[in-house]
Amino acid sequence: MKLIIGFIVLWPLIGFLFNGLGRHIWSKKVIAYKATGYIVASFIFSILAFLNVQSSGAVTVHYFDFINTTSFKIPFDLRVDALSSLFLLVITGVGSLIHLYSTAYMQEEASHHYARYFAYLNLFVFSMLLLVLGDNYVIMFIGWEGVGLCSYLLIGYWFTNATYNYAAKKAFIMNRIGDLGFLLAIFWLIVKLGSVSYGTVLTAESLAKLSTTDITAITLLLFVGAMGKSAQIPLYTWLPDAMAGPTPVSALIHAATMVTAGIYMITRSNILFSASEFTQHVIAIIGISTALLSATIAIKQNDIKKVLAYSTVSQLGYMFLGLGVGAYSGAVFHVITHAFFKALLFLGAGSVIHAMHHEQDIRKMGGLKSKLPITHITFLIGCIAIAGVPPFSGFFSKDEILAAAFAKSPIYWALGVLGAAMTAFYMFRLYATTFLGQFRGTDEQEHHLHESPFAMTLPLILLAVASAIAGAIGIPELMGGHHWLSHQLIPIVGEPHEASLSHSTEWALMGISVAIAVIALLIAVNKYKRQADGEPLTALGKFLYNKWYVDELYNNAIVQPLNKFAGFLKEVIEKNIIDGAVNGTGKVVQYSARKIRLIQSGQVGYYILFMVLSIIVLFLFWFNDLSILTFFFKLTNKL
Amino acid sequence: MFLLLFLLIPIVAALLLLFIKSNASSNSVSIGAGILTLIGSIYLLMVNAGDYDTSWLPVLNSRFSLHLDGLSKLLILLTSITFPAIFISTKNNEIANRNIFLSLMMFTQAGLIGVFLASDALLFYFFWELALIPVYFLCSIWGGEKRVAVTFKFFIYTFLGSLFMLIGIIYLYANTADHSFAIDSLKHANISGGQSATVFALFFIAFAIKMPIFPFHTWQPDAYEQSPTAVTMVLSAVMVKMGLYGVIRWLMPLFPAAFLAHSNIVVTLSVIGILYASFIAIRQDDVKRLIAYSSIAHIGLMNAALFAHYQIGVQGALVQLFSHGINVLSLWIIADIIEQQTGTRSMKALGGLAKKQPTLAILLVAFSFANIALPLTNAFVGEFLMFNGLFQFNPWMAALAGVSVVLAAIYTLNMVQKVAYGEISEATNQMQLPNKNAQMVLIVLLVIVFFTGIYPQPLFDLTADTLTQLFVK
Repeated sequence: MKLIIGFIVLWPLIGFLFNGLGRHIWSKKVIAYKATGYIVASFIFSILAFLNVQSSGAVTVHYFDFINTTSFKIPFDLRVDALSSLFLLVITGVGSLIHLYSTAYMQEEASHHYARYFAYLNLFVFSMLLLVLGDNYVIMFIGWEGVGLCSYLLIGYWFTNATYNYAAKKAFIMNRIGDLGFLLAIFWLIVKLGSVSYGTVLTAESLAKLSTTDITAITLLLFVGAMGKSAQIPLYTWLPDAMAGPTPVSALIHAATMVTAGIYMITRSNILFSASEFTQHVIAIIGISTALLSATIAIKQNDIKKVLAYSTVSQLGYMFLGLGVGAYSGAVFHVITHAFFKALLFLGAGSVIHAMHHEQDIRKMGGLKSKLPITHITFLIGCIAIAGVPPFSGFFSKDEILAAAFAKSPIYWALGVLGAAMTAFYMFRLYATTFLGQFRGTDEQEHHLHESPFAMTLPLILLAVASAIAGAIGIPELMGGHHWLSHQLIPIVGEPHEASLSHSTEWALMGISVAIAVIALLIAVNKYKRQADGEPLTALGKFLYNKWYVDELYNNAIVQPLNKFAGFLKEVIEKNIIDGAVNGTGKVVQYSARKIRLIQSGQVGYYILFMVLSIIVLFLFWFNDLSILTFFFKLTNKL
Repeated sequence: MFLLLFLLIPIVAALLLLFIKSNASSNSVSIGAGILTLIGSIYLLMVNAGDYDTSWLPVLNSRFSLHLDGLSKLLILLTSITFPAIFISTKNNEIANRNIFLSLMMFTQAGLIGVFLASDALLFYFFWELALIPVYFLCSIWGGEKRVAVTFKFFIYTFLGSLFMLIGIIYLYANTADHSFAIDSLKHANISGGQSATVFALFFIAFAIKMPIFPFHTWQPDAYEQSPTAVTMVLSAVMVKMGLYGVIRWLMPLFPAAFLAHSNIVVTLSVIGILYASFIAIRQDDVKRLIAYSSIAHIGLMNAALFAHYQIGVQGALVQLFSHGINVLSLWIIADIIEQQTGTRSMKALGGLAKKQPTLAILLVAFSFANIALPLTNAFVGEFLMFNGLFQFNPWMAALAGVSVVLAAIYTLNMVQKVAYGEISEATNQMQLPNKNAQMVLIVLLVIVFFTGIYPQPLFDLTADTLTQLFVK
């Protein structure tokens, strides 16, 4: 088992080194086969690890000590259990498909850039696997920052484009703000518990050692970390900009895997989070606010990837709502289904962009239904799944979160349903504008329209199947299901809550949310199947189109003032005050030297007088004793 | 005996260089001597070289005594990596009177090694100045346009600090029972608490200026900018470590009470300095000044971790002394290549390095991420432990200092973006063939970065004895 788990992580690393170091050597074919092959290998090993967990439970393996000092120790341990084995399958499974897709999507790149792309992508999978496999918070943090690095490198993959570089930098810096929170939480744990290993920290004994303040502070700090990585208010603005990266990257990193790291982290630490009601409220409120805010923005966006990006932020908000109301397995469920349908939607968008020669504005599309049949049908499945229409996967996971939210507070539920309605609306606005009606692009584009190659459509088809049926892993008992997933997660999050809602309430809630979603999607289809959305005319429309001006707000309220402050330090404090004082001292010395020179009359008597006087002054005021005198006596004696 | 021989290698090489006129042979001598010291320092890691002790200034009862512990080994290793790395990577730079230049460099190396070995205070002081004086000449002769004024300031400033230390040393000496400069005697000097605090302050000023920490730092960016880059590398990779080394070797053991009594103020000062330097770094356009301010911030963190005085943080600082040296040396080597080949250090004028010289750009990106302490690079280990120590000392201080983690990402990635990315600028377009020697050196350094980042245990093991001495009474 030690080798198998080790190689799950190592395969992608080998792939990274292979393509990274050999980028000028290998042909594109070799690069593509190797890069995809290593991830598939990792997937196969993940299946083995998963089966092992099913048959004989969780395994922790020790490799070496990362840090081992007299006072403190961080082992390099990896752990495969119910939670991490699920994430393993999603990461390597979806990861394999996206690698396969990329082999065709990135075909236009020169071969050494092609290799660079796959090297980064492999490195990402490596870091992501480390993140979920680590048996302590420090290993998780290593993966956590590692995925941030890869995200940075891939967003800025086309490095000659300044806008992309800014987006990459923004992503890394906003993530770093979150990371600081994460780090402080780790330090807090170390001070209080002397350990960062899950086996020690996440136990009832450790919990008993922590005061309420400790727990609230630690969980809030961890949540700050999650805010950065999983793009929650106020640290979400990097994610839409991250769409600058190649589209498969958006699918893998900025939709299916990396951005769900925050949910993984909180689920992993659920024992801590459940102990702080305050933090749970904060998480639920931020989650639902993020879900609604970004849904409103998505309604008015015209860039196919931007719509999907805001949709991702919004769906992540739902997951945090789930975490906040204690529905950990519901949140994980939504992570899994979302990974399928959102990866599908992004890859579908990529297929459209590919066919449209890098056009991303949906107003210039339309009528692609007949030209891209496979992309169309799979994209439609993705839209239905995310809109929450039964029996597609999104319905089950979203419903589970909403039901738990209702149990906590009907307000959460109502807001959640409102968000679900908006989701259905903007997704079908996107669908109808892109695929229905007349083609609105140039003749040349129309002439070149083509369905994507098999390497791209195969992942679409497989993900569409998964998006359609993945709900099966969590069919609630209400519907006569067994809810495999929540049973699976019992070792991590405990027994599923006794449903405090009556069956009739649950059916009613479900019926309402589905009905609202279906109505919203029909309105959208009807409205946009013939014509695209024009420029926003109303004040509200402009407000949403401009994303609530949050970027502008951050820029004016935070970035610019800090920049000015830095300039003030540099130009005024550093130059004039601190260095000024230093130089001033120098000038005073020079000046007094000129004056004192006058005392140098050349008469030895004066000199001796001054010497004696100054020695006396020195002794009286400074040392206040005579020991130094004895030193000089001894010195003269010896000489 | 081996220690003495080891110390003599750079001195002999320095003397030899004075008589060699040809550039090629002075390069060979310096690189040869540099590699010889490197081999010697690796040998020192493996064997237990005994102390060396002989009479030196019998009049004053000062002895030429050299002592080697884990920390000394680590810093001597750093010194011995730094010098040959500099010699190799700058060997084709145009330098007038190359042999004199290299000779002075070797004297500096001797002084540095001496500082890290001396266990007699007067001898320590002697080496301390020996390391400084050649640097004075190096900067004022081979430096940039404003070299005279800048070097003068640098010299006066640090020399003033040294004098304070000298007064402190003599004062302690005068109060020892056996009138000796040996560290063990000084430890038991018969002085009151108030006097101890005064002498502590005298030592501290010397070290604070050398590091430098806020607000004693203003000599540094100018000096880094104006010095020939080879000298800047020495200054920031090794020389500033003298200050931190002084704190660990002298300040902590000699004035334990005063040390703890002043920890609050010094940590506060350091944390202010960390943020202050980080903010200023954001606004720099000159690559060298940016690295200089970044370095001030990093040194400030090390100093804060030392004064916070928790074992875990001090351990982090010990490791970071080495790691920071490697990282900042690498950044300077890259900055030097860029300046040599483009004729500018202004980030506005640069850009497109990734297209022009991809290998160099990759190295720049890698070392930049090491500079911001990405996990699995060497700096993460040190910073993680140092922040830990600081957090135990005072969580708010750690949180404040932690802001620099974000600020470091801002200025470092800014630099990466402006230098490496974008279209090829006019200046970048002037770059000729890659400097293969330097790239080879950088690759070796990168291996060290990742090795000690992934498996830092050897560094812990090496410094265990130093740490034990500091914390186990």
